[in-house]
Amino acid sequence: MGIASEALKNFKGFNLKNLPEVEPVSPGHRACQGCGEVLALRQAMKALGTNVVMCSATGCMEIITSPFPQSAWRVPWIHVAFENAAAVVSGAESAYKAMNRKGIINSPDTVFVGYGGDGATADIGMQALSGALERGHNFIYMCFDNEAYMNTGIQRSSSTPYGAATTTSPAGKKSIGQSTWKKNMPEIAVAHGTPYVATCSPAFPIDLMNKVKKASLVPGPAYLHIYSPCPTGWRCGIEESVEMARLAVQSKVFPLFEVIDGQYFLSRKVAKPKPVSEYFKPQRRFRHLTETEVAKIQARTDADYEKLVAKCVMEAKTKEKPEQEMSIRLDGA
Amino acid sequence: MSKQIGIEVSIACAEAAGLCDVDVVAAYPITPQTHIVEHLSEMVADGHLDAEFVPVESEHSAMSACIGSSAAGARTFTSTCSQGYALMSELCYIAASLRLPIVMAVANRALSAPINIWNDHADLMYARDTGWIQIIAENGQEVVDLTIQAFRMGEDPNVSFPVQVNLDGFTLSHMIEPLTIPDKADVDKYLPPYRPKLRLDPANPVTFGAVGMPDIYTEARKAQDEAFKNSLPYIEKAWDEFGKQFGRYYKPVETYKTEGAETIIISMGSISQTAMTAVDMMRAEGKKVGLTRIRLFRPFPAEALFAAIKGAKNVIVLDRVTSFAGGHVSGPVALEVKSILYDRKHHPKLRNFLVGLGGRDVTDQNFMEMVDQVAASKDDGVPVAYEFINVRE
Repeated sequence: MGIASEALKNFKGFNLKNLPEVEPVSPGHRACQGCGEVLALRQAMKALGTNVVMCSATGCMEIITSPFPQSAWRVPWIHVAFENAAAVVSGAESAYKAMNRKGIINSPDTVFVGYGGDGATADIGMQALSGALERGHNFIYMCFDNEAYMNTGIQRSSSTPYGAATTTSPAGKKSIGQSTWKKNMPEIAVAHGTPYVATCSPAFPIDLMNKVKKASLVPGPAYLHIYSPCPTGWRCGIEESVEMARLAVQSKVFPLFEVIDGQYFLSRKVAKPKPVSEYFKPQRRFRHLTETEVAKIQARTDADYEKLVAKCVMEAKTKEKPEQEMSIRLDGA
Repeated sequence: MSKQIGIEVSIACAEAAGLCDVDVVAAYPITPQTHIVEHLSEMVADGHLDAEFVPVESEHSAMSACIGSSAAGARTFTSTCSQGYALMSELCYIAASLRLPIVMAVANRALSAPINIWNDHADLMYARDTGWIQIIAENGQEVVDLTIQAFRMGEDPNVSFPVQVNLDGFTLSHMIEPLTIPDKADVDKYLPPYRPKLRLDPANPVTFGAVGMPDIYTEARKAQDEAFKNSLPYIEKAWDEFGKQFGRYYKPVETYKTEGAETIIISMGSISQTAMTAVDMMRAEGKKVGLTRIRLFRPFPAEALFAAIKGAKNVIVLDRVTSFAGGHVSGPVALEVKSILYDRKHHPKLRNFLVGLGGRDVTDQNFMEMVDQVAASKDDGVPVAYEFINVRE
């Protein structure tokens, strides 16, 4: 049994009856209306509780929570720069390790979290994250993926989906918008031998919270890729954030899964998938796409999902695994 | 009891950091800094030092990890130089503004291009505006002592700034010298444990690194500037107490044979030893030459430096970096000296020489040439911002 499976063998998840009341991120922050990212952050922090050290990259979740002299953080929090949250958390985790061992402090259960947006993770912070994952620090990295540089005004990142119009991948006579396919960050995390990797969505809060909790229980690194709808950047209604997150899962655009010690588990099977066009329709970042382009994206989405399902063959053999059942049961609630 | 041993200066620097009970070392290898971090990792591997050695994937992450570690409340050390410093420089500003007393040894090396692994002060000057305390060693003993003092200075609650200990790459870092390594018990007496008031602690949550809007940024910068300005007496206090305990006394500016000197050379770092030899030779010839060495570059000890040079007719300021200002502006050390002289009624004439770039030797003959050149020069009213010495045309 791998270290993650071992750590999670007696895992008891959250359900609607035992949701924590704690709110480590206070209300009154300055996020845009309808922000799906701060919703996901709130859910994650409820699952983590207060014995945490948070290391933030520059980005939306940094500026909206820390305009001096205000702070939305009720837990220790540090922001240093854009590309280095994973390195900063490496240092904090190492400091606690040394100070606990030397008897300077007694905080053996503190959880260390680095987080950033997709630009801070998949682009500028990739090296620092790779280093921290490879060195095996006991930390969680959370990527809040809103699929572009929203804080600076909706510029494309390597996590922007194919076909999406952003301010630096505009649609035009000679452009369909983003011309490259979304970088697969969870796969990159898995390739590092990361003991726990999962994708989460704020439209499935119990699933998200359980995955965050599991990540905190696993010794060594854990990577969470968290879908974070951005009405401002996606140009959809502010009341449609959660619906966009749900449709992304239902259309197979953003499948929910876990990778525990390298074994893939589908958190939610999409038996009757909705077409990607249904997910695209409310979002004006996709409105320029022709039927041909949509069909191309649909084909790619189907193929990627099949590839993922194929990796989940372990599911049948390990059906008795409690974490897998937990995911499906809780998520299906 | 302290002991005197023959030891490579880099190894001694690592030993000194070890004597300070560092909790975390996060570092990335770069020539000529490597022996420092190699030895620290050995000390950790052999169990001689109870610390976490974080072998990061870049200097950028080295300083990032140091910031995380220091903010968590751990005594934190790193080392770099040159390109490595340039890569981490973004974070160096932040470390100072977050008031984290990280100690970093910089084995000074030239900046590219052309790529060059040898000694000059390009990295030292690159760092000058970051808000770090910058001290510069002349010899191996100073490297040992300054490393220990750096923790004491930086961690003083009246200071709370990171400290850069500069040692010339190769010409100092790779020398084997007879050095006095202090006793651990004495270091413990000199350096109290690091227990910051604020740190990343779930029992007392604080926010580090908040956003500073235009309504607060200037005030934050002014507060940092005031604190940095006010750190000078505490730096001197750390030196005084070290002197009382260990018998080796340090101050921001050192002078050598400046009494009655008509010409004073201003230098920094290990070439000052050659400069002293040259001064001796010139004094023997009856030339009234002295030397002033800047040990503390940031905060800049303006009063002490002015006091050291005010009696001279000429000062020769050495810069070990090219600053590409277009030819009419002096090098960075000369600029500092000029700025403290400008408002004084009577002050010496200043000549600025660029020397010792990228490992070029600076010999006793070079010092004599500079002094002779200054003695022979006629004031024709045409200002000369700086001159290269020992360069092929």
